[in-house]
Amino acid sequence: MGPLIPQGVIDGGWSFVIALLVGVCFGLILEASGFSSSRKIVGLFYGYDFTVLRVFFTATITAMVGLLYFNYLGWIDLSMIYFPPTYVLAAIIGGLIMGLGFIMGGFCPGTGICAVAIGKLDALAYVFGLYLGIFFFSETFSWFEGLYTKYALGQVRITETLGISTGLFAFGFVAIALVAFVVTAWIQRRVKPVVY
Amino acid sequence: MENTDRSKQYINPYLGGVLLGLLLLATFFVMGRGLGASGAIKSSVAATVNRIDPEHAQEREYIGQFITDDQHPLNNWLVYEVLGVIIGAFISGSLAGRLNWKVEHSPKISARTRILFAVGGGFLFGIGSQLARGCTSGAALSGSAALGTAGFLTMLSIFGGAYLFAYFFRKLWI
Repeated sequence: MGPLIPQGVIDGGWSFVIALLVGVCFGLILEASGFSSSRKIVGLFYGYDFTVLRVFFTATITAMVGLLYFNYLGWIDLSMIYFPPTYVLAAIIGGLIMGLGFIMGGFCPGTGICAVAIGKLDALAYVFGLYLGIFFFSETFSWFEGLYTKYALGQVRITETLGISTGLFAFGFVAIALVAFVVTAWIQRRVKPVVY
Repeated sequence: MENTDRSKQYINPYLGGVLLGLLLLATFFVMGRGLGASGAIKSSVAATVNRIDPEHAQEREYIGQFITDDQHPLNNWLVYEVLGVIIGAFISGSLAGRLNWKVEHSPKISARTRILFAVGGGFLFGIGSQLARGCTSGAALSGSAALGTAGFLTMLSIFGGAYLFAYFFRKLWI
């Protein structure tokens, strides 16, 4: 049955309407969770507010386990779900550069856009920086090209990479998330609160 | 006290996470793809370059691949999704009374410092998101939920990187 649009159950012409609706929900959830505040977001990295970890981990396990159940029940064809191909070096180096940008700027792109929507001028500066960074990447692509395509593994799943079953991996990932929730709650009680 | 009151209006993070997870699941179920954010900015960069200097845009190997004759670069799924994000965040912010123009920064740094680091952070995040083929939403969250290896690598590197560098930038935040 699913995914509905790739399978032709819903006409592809609806995809932009759906995009807008999905975006509205995405924005509502991110803002209502407090992601329009950079000082709340970076609390994760200094131990005074673990909201990002809680929301992010809960969302990942909910969607992951949901997809696996949908697949088990035959509601969705997992092979038709798009995810980015794996380029080991680009994913790691790109991720580390994003980590540095995260701690300097206090936002990731989605949360930055949310914060712009409620009038944060620092977020506007951040999105302007994103824009410049992407332009810079495009102009200097030849510098990054080797890194960008090195160690290509293709459309590979973590269960294939690790050589374990999907159920076992998902169970382990959920267990790690639960431990992280308990440990970070313990840490947060011991870290000096930051008022923002 | 005002700050404390306002933070109490945020929803419970686990509820937020379940809602976000269900939204992501629904998006996978309907569209066969996940959420994203940086891709929309990439499209607007492509559109801007194409508008100012179309020849230059076509010549650029990277941005040129997002410019086609039959479709405007902004006519893209993620662009509509991000327009929705702006609307959704605005609605949530206005319901909670959080709409106001301000530069949010630690009292230990000036607004000017905050703005400079925000531009710099955005610049780096922009580069990183293109190199890793997606940001926290598209690569890390959606990629991991779909069990893609790249998603987990990117997620660990983004958060690991931020922890790694957090010490050096602590004066900006605490």
